[in-house]
Amino acid sequence: MTLLEVDRLTVRFRGLTAVDGVSLAVAEGEFVAIIGPNGAGKTTLFNVIAGSLRPSAGEIRFAGRPVAGLGAARMSQLGVGRTFQVARPFGSLTVRENVRLAAGRHYLANPLAAWGRRGRDREVEARVAHLLAVTGLVGLADRRAADLNMGGLRRLEIARALALEPRLLLLDEPAAGLGVDGIRPLAELIRSLRSQHLTVLLVEHHVGFALSLCDRVVVLDQGKKIFEGTPEAVRRDERVITAYLGESGAGEGAMSGGD
Amino acid sequence: MTYFLVVGVTVAVFAILALSLNIIAGYAGQPHLGQAAFFGLGAYTAAILSTRYGVSFWLDLPAALIVAGLVGVILGVISLRLARDFLAITTIGINFVMVAIFQYVPFFGGAMGIPAIPSPAIAGHEFGYRDFFVTAVVLVIMVAALSAYLERTWFGAALKAIKDDEQAAAAVGIQVASYKIAAFVLGTALAGLAGGFYAHFMSVVTPNGFGFPVSVSILSMLVFGGLGTIRGALAGAVLLGIMPEVFRFISNYRLLVYGFLLLFMVRFQPQGIVGEDSWLVHQIGRLAGSLRTGGARRDTAGG
Repeated sequence: MTLLEVDRLTVRFRGLTAVDGVSLAVAEGEFVAIIGPNGAGKTTLFNVIAGSLRPSAGEIRFAGRPVAGLGAARMSQLGVGRTFQVARPFGSLTVRENVRLAAGRHYLANPLAAWGRRGRDREVEARVAHLLAVTGLVGLADRRAADLNMGGLRRLEIARALALEPRLLLLDEPAAGLGVDGIRPLAELIRSLRSQHLTVLLVEHHVGFALSLCDRVVVLDQGKKIFEGTPEAVRRDERVITAYLGESGAGEGAMSGGD
Repeated sequence: MTYFLVVGVTVAVFAILALSLNIIAGYAGQPHLGQAAFFGLGAYTAAILSTRYGVSFWLDLPAALIVAGLVGVILGVISLRLARDFLAITTIGINFVMVAIFQYVPFFGGAMGIPAIPSPAIAGHEFGYRDFFVTAVVLVIMVAALSAYLERTWFGAALKAIKDDEQAAAAVGIQVASYKIAAFVLGTALAGLAGGFYAHFMSVVTPNGFGFPVSVSILSMLVFGGLGTIRGALAGAVLLGIMPEVFRFISNYRLLVYGFLLLFMVRFQPQGIVGEDSWLVHQIGRLAGSLRTGGARRDTAGG
């Protein structure tokens, strides 16, 4: 079943067309990666799907219903969890509170109904404890999120998104800013999500990392979709190689390196 | 004795005001520089209802709360969509406009305000200073208890999340705009409550009692004590409220001193004197820790 359907989506910013008529579909349980050189429109497309940007044209359907322009909070309540490229923790709250807020998202939908006390819902607390364990944050649970290092912030981003119990998980360059020794455990964490049959849409600049994880890959270049297919096929595709080489001489390295 | 009770009541009223502003500026992080407008709205509501319609003190208080809250909804919906620095300017504007309305609309009694607001009474016994003081302290405790409860709710955490990062808050399903409005309504309503009480205590309301300088005083107290904490709001109101009484020579320059303290705190100790992570709290924590364990655990601490 198709969970997410993006139909001829276009986003223009004052004459610049960041996303140009892109269509793609993500089936339930699938892991799709969106890659592309800098300025390809990946993050813009991502933000439109997450609800924080309104498309200029085109439609997005989530679980069959049109959702374009609903706003980030509604998308989250509908079951779309996202991470941020540059981590956005609730810095003054503890790591546990960060995850707890997401885990209790149904308490938060409406300020008039958010007057119950936190920490009382066993189901929510169990999920928080489970996610802290899965993401390796137990030891840091009572630290202020602002005090985490880069690796900790990345894991918190993922823990918080998972705590929403999303039907669709959107990962925005989760490997950004991580060194090689940070990427490996992260890849393992993300791979473990696959085994839980979570539907994932990953936007990634780090091509090797993305290809090692996904079932299917979509390549964007200058706002247009130039390729869609398996990770094996993309490495041999002429247009994709040209797009990356055209960006810089390091393109070929980007295509083959990583993990 | 009367003197101490009068100072005590004034301090208590400012404690409620600081706590009310704390919900908007402390928890939700929205710079609101016009809280005195809603303080005044509550005071005028109580003054008009009691002098013209014979409404009792006990009904005036909820009425003042509701009127200030309702105006808070309207102004909140209009202004809270603005970015934070524009919101600060807009709320200053709200304060000036409100004072102008009190001053120039005849309904509000003009520059002379509304005099002869009756004292409250219980079973025929008219309120003395002691009764006012006790009532004020009870109100402070109620508002502080409400704030303490708020901090434990999902609502309270949502406000802190919004203060930290609005985009991340939206990503966990928080409707940022409605939460900001809810915080604004709650904070302005409580300022209205303080105003309703204050009108009956002073027995007269005048427009310049609720001007922008009063808003700055409230903000100074909150920032001095510790933005975002109940103890900060209370400590700020008590210390800055008593200071001009203790150091009489200050009282003519009170606003100058408050303004200076505000700048000083923002520059050197933005947590306030007893706020989260403040220097003083750390020192007290260390002292308490070393007293409890006789310093024995100092080697193992820090992990």
